[in-house]
Amino acid sequence: MAEIARTQAPVAPAAQAQVEQTTLFHEPRSLSRLTSNRKVLLVTVIGALAVLALIIVAGTLATPAAQETDFARRDLAPSLAHPFGCDWLGRDMFLRTLAGLSLSIRIGLLAAAVSALISLVLGTIAAMGSRVVDGAVTWLIDLMMGVPHLVLLILISYALGKGFWGVTVGIALTHWASLTRVVRAEVLQCRQSPYIAVAQKLGASRLRIVAKHIVPFVFPQFLVGFILLFPHAILHEAAITFLGFGLPPELPALGNILSESMTYLSTGMWWLAVFPGLSLIATVLLFDLAGGALRKIVDARTNQE
Amino acid sequence: MARYVLFHIAKCVVLLLAVSFLCFALVNASPIDPVQANLGQAAYINMDPEKRAELAAYWGVDAPLWESYANWLGGVVQGDWGISLRYNAPVLQVIAERTANTLMLMAVAWVVSGLLGFALGIAAALHRDGWIDRTIKGYCYLLAATPTFWLAMIFLLCFSVLLPIFPIGFSLPIGVNSSEATLLDALHHLALPAITLSLVGVANIALHTREKTIDVLESDYVRFSRMRGLSPAEALRNGCWRNLLLPALTLQFASISEIFGGSVLVEEVFSYPGLGQAAVTAALGGDVALLAGIAVISAVLVFGGNLAANILYGVIDPRIRRGQSESGKSARGGVGSDVGSARGSRPPRRMNGQRFTEQNEAGGRG
Amino acid sequence: MTDLQDIRSSSARVIQAHDAKDMHGAHDAHDHHHHRHAENPVHTHGHHLLQVEDLSVGFRMYDPTEPFFAAKQELVNVIDHLSIAVHEREIVALVGPSGAGKSLLADAIMACYEPNVQVEGRIWFDGELQDAKSLAALAGGAIAVVPQSVASLNPLVKVGKQVQGGRRGAAKEDCARKQQELFARYGLVPSVADLYPHELSGGMARRVLLCCALIGNPRLIVADEPTPGLDEAAALRVLEDFRAFADGGGGVLLITHDIELALRVADRIAVFHDKTIVEETSVASFASPEHLQHPFSRALWHALPEHGFSAAGE
Repeated sequence: MAEIARTQAPVAPAAQAQVEQTTLFHEPRSLSRLTSNRKVLLVTVIGALAVLALIIVAGTLATPAAQETDFARRDLAPSLAHPFGCDWLGRDMFLRTLAGLSLSIRIGLLAAAVSALISLVLGTIAAMGSRVVDGAVTWLIDLMMGVPHLVLLILISYALGKGFWGVTVGIALTHWASLTRVVRAEVLQCRQSPYIAVAQKLGASRLRIVAKHIVPFVFPQFLVGFILLFPHAILHEAAITFLGFGLPPELPALGNILSESMTYLSTGMWWLAVFPGLSLIATVLLFDLAGGALRKIVDARTNQE
Repeated sequence: MARYVLFHIAKCVVLLLAVSFLCFALVNASPIDPVQANLGQAAYINMDPEKRAELAAYWGVDAPLWESYANWLGGVVQGDWGISLRYNAPVLQVIAERTANTLMLMAVAWVVSGLLGFALGIAAALHRDGWIDRTIKGYCYLLAATPTFWLAMIFLLCFSVLLPIFPIGFSLPIGVNSSEATLLDALHHLALPAITLSLVGVANIALHTREKTIDVLESDYVRFSRMRGLSPAEALRNGCWRNLLLPALTLQFASISEIFGGSVLVEEVFSYPGLGQAAVTAALGGDVALLAGIAVISAVLVFGGNLAANILYGVIDPRIRRGQSESGKSARGGVGSDVGSARGSRPPRRMNGQRFTEQNEAGGRG
Repeated sequence: MTDLQDIRSSSARVIQAHDAKDMHGAHDAHDHHHHRHAENPVHTHGHHLLQVEDLSVGFRMYDPTEPFFAAKQELVNVIDHLSIAVHEREIVALVGPSGAGKSLLADAIMACYEPNVQVEGRIWFDGELQDAKSLAALAGGAIAVVPQSVASLNPLVKVGKQVQGGRRGAAKEDCARKQQELFARYGLVPSVADLYPHELSGGMARRVLLCCALIGNPRLIVADEPTPGLDEAAALRVLEDFRAFADGGGGVLLITHDIELALRVADRIAVFHDKTIVEETSVASFASPEHLQHPFSRALWHALPEHGFSAAGE
């Protein structure tokens, strides 16, 4: 039978080479591109976070030097010695920017951490609790989304008498809504998995299930959400300080630096506004980069499991 | 359908009440004493003592929060929103004067950023991972990382200081009365703030539209369309744009909140006399009544947008429009036997109310 | 042999001499290409309607067995050197377990590719060797697909409009008329055209999907699991529609996990196992396990309910 098949099938020996040739209908889009290579992603996350840590340390160390005034270098345009130029008091703008970034990141860290904690607790409660609890949390989210972020920030900051606590608490209290939704969805998904059902059958308490199974399950996505909270927190801190509700004017915060530079815009001292702003953008993009890369890793991991 | 609309209106009203209480409570909780904060200011000095006492009583710390809220709310409902200390005029009047400016600014930014963002998002999704997509994405990430007020400052620096194309600020030429100013004057002053706000708004809309478009392009129905010989773009043109319209509406109306926040910053930089600038002035000067009033107005705008989105959803989505009235008439039947009467055999998928079903399922598995 | 070579180099890549030899019964069937024929194979103009040879479909992915960050990418084939053919007036059922990747064959024929898929092989339609572009041009016209579920219909567009399609170059009125004709033929009253997909019953939805496929006057229908969610009577009625289409001169490639159903309606069965088709044979061969060549096919035979579900039996 096999022999017959051989002779009848269109596989003549002489034409073997031609027959072997196949049409390529579709080629996979290359996965080896930088953006989706796992090792590159890991290096990206670590690298971006390292640079940010460096900014915090360098900025803290530079803070005293940033406040030094020297009238000999008043209004200096950017040069090699002072890459970002100097302001009307002769302060070095590079050092001031560095100090401001460090301050922004630290405040962002505090506010984002509190905010993330709120969303972890509320999201878990909403997903694990009764209908009423879930409804209440959802309603609270709607409520938070009801007032423009910036207006709410102004209100909270005003309620707390402005200053450091006003802005930190304000940011912590206004940024949990979106992450809460993510956590809630993740926990709901986890709740449906068989091992939770098994744990329930075995008589594990709700709290134990949350601590042993759900929090570890949710954690990766939570971490991504947490890192991606920073850009919002930092930008809002800068904005609210810029408007005059945030950090007190004597601190070298970026909002203050930019707010002061407003006065000098019309005199053509462009470097006072341009460089601090660009550095802020770069910092925010670094967080975006770290968060984005981490998300890709986490998603790939989840898909694999 | 009527029930659907009523449900959403009721939900909005309840939320609005809660938000107004939140705003009022926050404003009242401040350690900054409103009367004191305005001491020494012209408005306060020019006030007669009687009014001062009245104010002190109105914002008095001694009255319990609930009571003063009830008083305030009663006034708000009757059109008495209190007196602005800063502007020495009724709050409603201050708001009315400034709403026109802000609404003009927001409307331009809303329409431009919405249309541009929608178009860019779809273009990016259709060319996914190509250079068009990467350019658009890069632009969006960059803009999303840019502080709105900084962009406003840079535009001011570039197009008003270095290249004096646009005026430095305000809504009208200095020294010109609003009745004398031409429409052209107004537009000239509006342009730069509106451009700034539009550009910033584009980023968010475009990125979200891109995500939604990719979801639609990967859906079973677009896949089927492709297997029927249509390109993805043709599938979108041939009906699948409706599936994009729904999330686009939600996005567009949700962006009102963000645009309002942006307008506060942009108005501040451009000294544009709108609600945002008034809010900043009010909060800096302890003008409690005005601050609460503007916060409530902003919430009304946001909720109004949400409500509009939800109602439009109901109009567009046949599963809401036609699903409910016909449901349960007949069960799923065999081929041909029940043609015409077999409507509603699948329960309409609703975006609300479905969220509890998954929990029950999880419980039943153990 | 030299004859064969010449013919292969021409576009009609066929062995015409086969027609004479192809008239064998199932029991003493000869292998033809990679399959054995049913009673009345039809090689119009001397070739198959659809012929797929050496088709491999793979995905590029990270090796899941290696540590996460050290893992390397590799091409994992889901379909490996698969060959199948469909004649005119014939239903060929591709039978295999769910989730084994059978649907990828439909995707390959319909030129619908995921971004990270690699598709390679030879596909002839009506004697012409095809590439991705020409297959895409055939999709929706000469080759049409009937998808698995109503989810393939846009929930926001009325059914009538979706059946009419929106194919390039087709006049709107013609499409509308054709759609009405098809609805009449398949027992759907005209008002169904104004319904939305969520308002259809399961059986109606299948007929609407079939109408979607027929609107382009196809010669070949690829039906990808067209019956799940239907009771047996409704499923059989759907399959009768395919039978009628085949009897009218078309070819049907029926992809299903339901071998019983396949045996009732198909002319030939292709058994999908371990990434490829291990046996392509006439339905008659399933009368007795002796006519089946591959152990997996025999296992399938033994697993049929009337043979007592016995899993073993090699």
